Amino acid sequence: MLKDKDRIFQNLYNDLGPDLDSSQKRGDWINTKEITDRGRDWIINEIKESQLRGRGGAGFPTGLKWSFAPKEVGSRPHYLVINGDESEPGTCKDRDILRFEPHKLIEGCLIASYAIQAHVCYIYIRGEYFVDGQKLQAAIDEAYKKKLLGKNAAGTGWDLDIYIHYGAGAYICGEETALLESIEGKKGQPRLKPPFPALIGLYGCPTIINNVETIAVVPTILRRGGKWFASLGREKNTGTKIFCISGNVNNPCNVEEEMSIPLRELIEVHAGGVIGGWDNLQAVIPGGSSMPLIPKEKCETLTMDFDSLVAEKSGLGTAGVVVINKDQDIIKCMARIARFYKHESCGQCTPCREGSGWMWRMLERMAKGEASKDEIEMLGDVTKQIEGHTICAFGEGSSWPVQGLLRHFKDEIKKRNKFDPIVKENKNIPYLVDQHLLDKNA
Amino acid sequence: MSLRKPAKNQPDNFEFNSSSLEAAKDIIAKYPSGKQQSAVMALLYIAQKQNDNWIPLAAMKYIAKFLEMPYIKVYEVATFYSMYNLSPVGKYFVQVCTTTPCMIRGANKIVEACKEKISEDECELSKDKSCSWMEVECLGACVNAPMMQINDDYFEDLDKEKTLKILDKILSGEKPVPGSYRGRVNNEPENNRKTLMDLKNA
Repeated sequence: MLKDKDRIFQNLYNDLGPDLDSSQKRGDWINTKEITDRGRDWIINEIKESQLRGRGGAGFPTGLKWSFAPKEVGSRPHYLVINGDESEPGTCKDRDILRFEPHKLIEGCLIASYAIQAHVCYIYIRGEYFVDGQKLQAAIDEAYKKKLLGKNAAGTGWDLDIYIHYGAGAYICGEETALLESIEGKKGQPRLKPPFPALIGLYGCPTIINNVETIAVVPTILRRGGKWFASLGREKNTGTKIFCISGNVNNPCNVEEEMSIPLRELIEVHAGGVIGGWDNLQAVIPGGSSMPLIPKEKCETLTMDFDSLVAEKSGLGTAGVVVINKDQDIIKCMARIARFYKHESCGQCTPCREGSGWMWRMLERMAKGEASKDEIEMLGDVTKQIEGHTICAFGEGSSWPVQGLLRHFKDEIKKRNKFDPIVKENKNIPYLVDQHLLDKNA
Repeated sequence: MSLRKPAKNQPDNFEFNSSSLEAAKDIIAKYPSGKQQSAVMALLYIAQKQNDNWIPLAAMKYIAKFLEMPYIKVYEVATFYSMYNLSPVGKYFVQVCTTTPCMIRGANKIVEACKEKISEDECELSKDKSCSWMEVECLGACVNAPMMQINDDYFEDLDKEKTLKILDKILSGEKPVPGSYRGRVNNEPENNRKTLMDLKNA
């Protein structure tokens, strides 16, 4: 288990209070100027050395992303945008940062803005987190009052303004270009890439977009050194991560742990074990609903990091672990996830808009045992036709969980769906004929 | 995609009152000059708040003029995002999360409670017209499942009995206390905390 002194989010459970005074006691804002005085290149290199990967789902190296921002500010200003549109089912980590560790985020915004030369930072928060957003706003106001933001923020000589922009209940706005569209006051429909936002982003200006958790860990990394962060976890999967463990466990919780922690330890030690004991485990969704589920046999030895989950044809995603025990109907669970995606598709690309509805309807029938045998293959076919044929990663996000179900629970679906539409007496017909012709022969 | 339609009975006029107007000006100041269209989402919220929690078409037209943008662009935004109510909802607007993490912890019981106390169907006003409910997608409080949102507040760690009590309270005009209904502190593992114990006991 990770030592308490190595936990970045000391106030994850709000034992100390989220206000500026207690945050400063925890070490936030104490030497921000010293950090920025070391220069942009040092900051970006230190983040590269820490091997920090984005915490929002895709796991893109943060230092590398920052280095994509133009070195010189041209006629267009640079922007920093923080993605707090946390809507992935199974994930609720950013909410705790917004309400209990807002100053880690705000200080991170200042350092990141300095590194990428932005004077304005927008924090995009999902509309449902209005109350938590108000808490962040209170922290921002506090920071302005103490001159930690605004002109010459925290004495660093850098000017920074932070504004909150509330979303309004669209999952797709968690996709970075949809989020930019949303800030620009349009429908949240993703843009084609390239051009990448680092060059043409918000209002056509260079924009760096990072997840709340990614930015909130930056000040601590720079204080304790990239080497310290890289010493946790394993190569390319370093540092700590907030895991959200929900579903059929005795004590669902958020906990900050070392990367590469065994899944079993996460569930048994922190979440109090599976309801009904470990043997009652059916499957685990390891990284939010978009990531394919993993059946029990593989959960025994699985470690939670980006690369080892990719090796299992799944992914760490947002690290929202949803535990499903044997009391649940796994097909129904996946059908509900498919309904989520059907509801949240933005409607821009046809394969996703139509396909997400097909997948949902087929899975609903499969859960009831009303589907025919060959529909199982057809469902797999539909997922393949969505995946990779859309502008954004929503296509993958919606088809991967279904593929995961087909990969690991095909027998369960087959057992339930035995209906065969082909008329047996005529099965020697060498080529496919219409039903009315079959009826005439019969 | 979700199907969203504006209400049949629409008021003829809509205008910001003075406090809304002030709030709207503060919002527009957040964005670069000439990019006032960015404020449309926040302005729709303001209109929704002013107009008993729903947005009439007249408000969209008003906002379009206010921000010097085409009406259809405002309409697009208002119909795209699910948190804008296009038809009247109750003063207490109950949203029950029924996505998988909540579903497997018994969200259907919360739905049952809403059906018993408020109305048989979703988006239908209760008898005294003070309350309505609907099923929504993930609200992002999965470790506190099952949960629901009433207006801005989250009510977490529920079961049917507790939900009935909360609904009784709002139906009699009281304001229930938001947060966990199993008495746990935030998102810590209930009675099983193993981390940061020095801080907990401090």
